[in-house]
Amino acid sequence: MKSAKFDHQRAASLDDALKALGNADGEARIMGGGQSLGPMMNLRLAQPDLLIDISRVGGLDGIEVSGDVIRVGARVTHARVEDGEVPGVTGAYMQTVASGISYRSVRNRGTIGGSVAHADPSADWPSALLALGGDVVIAGQDGERRMPLDDFQVGPFATGLGFEEILTGFELPALSDSAKCGYYKVNRKPGEFADAIGAVVIGVSPRVVCGATEAAPFRVSVAEEKLAAGATEISVADARDMIAVHEPGFDDYDLQIHAVALSRAVGRAFA
Amino acid sequence: MTELTLKINGEDVTADVETRLSLADFIRDHRRLTGTHLGCEHGVCGACTVLMNGEPVRSCITFAVVADGTEITTIEGFEDDDPMTLLRQAFHENHALQCGYCTPGMLVAARDIVTRLPDADEDRVRLELAGNLCRCTGYVGIVNAILSVIEKRRL
Repeated sequence: MKSAKFDHQRAASLDDALKALGNADGEARIMGGGQSLGPMMNLRLAQPDLLIDISRVGGLDGIEVSGDVIRVGARVTHARVEDGEVPGVTGAYMQTVASGISYRSVRNRGTIGGSVAHADPSADWPSALLALGGDVVIAGQDGERRMPLDDFQVGPFATGLGFEEILTGFELPALSDSAKCGYYKVNRKPGEFADAIGAVVIGVSPRVVCGATEAAPFRVSVAEEKLAAGATEISVADARDMIAVHEPGFDDYDLQIHAVALSRAVGRAFA
Repeated sequence: MTELTLKINGEDVTADVETRLSLADFIRDHRRLTGTHLGCEHGVCGACTVLMNGEPVRSCITFAVVADGTEITTIEGFEDDDPMTLLRQAFHENHALQCGYCTPGMLVAARDIVTRLPDADEDRVRLELAGNLCRCTGYVGIVNAILSVIEKRRL
């Protein structure tokens, strides 16, 4: 399987990339590491007319802490997160997530921003970062704006990113040492896309995410309330009821694997 | 068409390529370096794994134009590489291949494991190999070969 034809433009700067997006005739896609878009193009599920390559654009691959916020550039690779470059409790949680994404040779090129912008519901970062909370940083013709991760993904492969905007990074909470995090992914082989994801981050207040559904990952409010009230575990049976409130369309199997993922993620948070 | 300049196995290469050409097809069809194999062409099987600037990447889902300015090492480019020399011998001794289709990618991935994870145990080696599919060996020989090289490099 080979990609369909496309024009390729290597952006020298963010402005350059934004201009290219603005001037594009037909469908233009931004490519960083290309590890989501590359396969999609080879399978011809994606056939952009123009590929704007931002792999050389400076300023998008930084990791910096300022106060209680960690700024992570869109082009930070999964491998760098896996190797522990993001500091603290937030970093340790992200390290666990990153190490389960695909395989090292994909993680060396695949980027956190690309994954979230691509918004595959079965990918790890959309669910994992939603549990963390914080903002997506977006650049457009009129400058920079921020959007809460809570609002960013609106459906499968659908986000709040405008046609002429580029995701440039994230502002994530620097969790305190007392914060608890758990992540559990149901898949049949390490590195595969998830069949179900449970992500739990208990920082200032608990955030519980059910992911790898056929829509956007969502927060499980009843589970969050229960953890806020002091619970340290959630049984699979309870998790089924909690998830069913949000996803009445789940069949028995989907409900079960998502409940197992959620229950085990809570277990890992309190392990 | 786009002009591309890169280094492959130490040799400077300039070429005019179609933008949709994958790095794997460039390596195989344009450079006639057919040691790099193509299996799934969507990043799952690992047969096409090569080094880009010293790190393993999938050449099937990396467009050749993206590799502009980089240094690529294919399975043909490890002549004087100590870890690869040990791995080749170990693959031979442990019967770590039968048909050989996965072997070039397997060796590049194995080299990454032994150099990046000098303390890896069997479980870790198996986990790291999840991205390289072999349909002949059942992996036992491959895992043993890699573990034996990790052991040798400790001495």
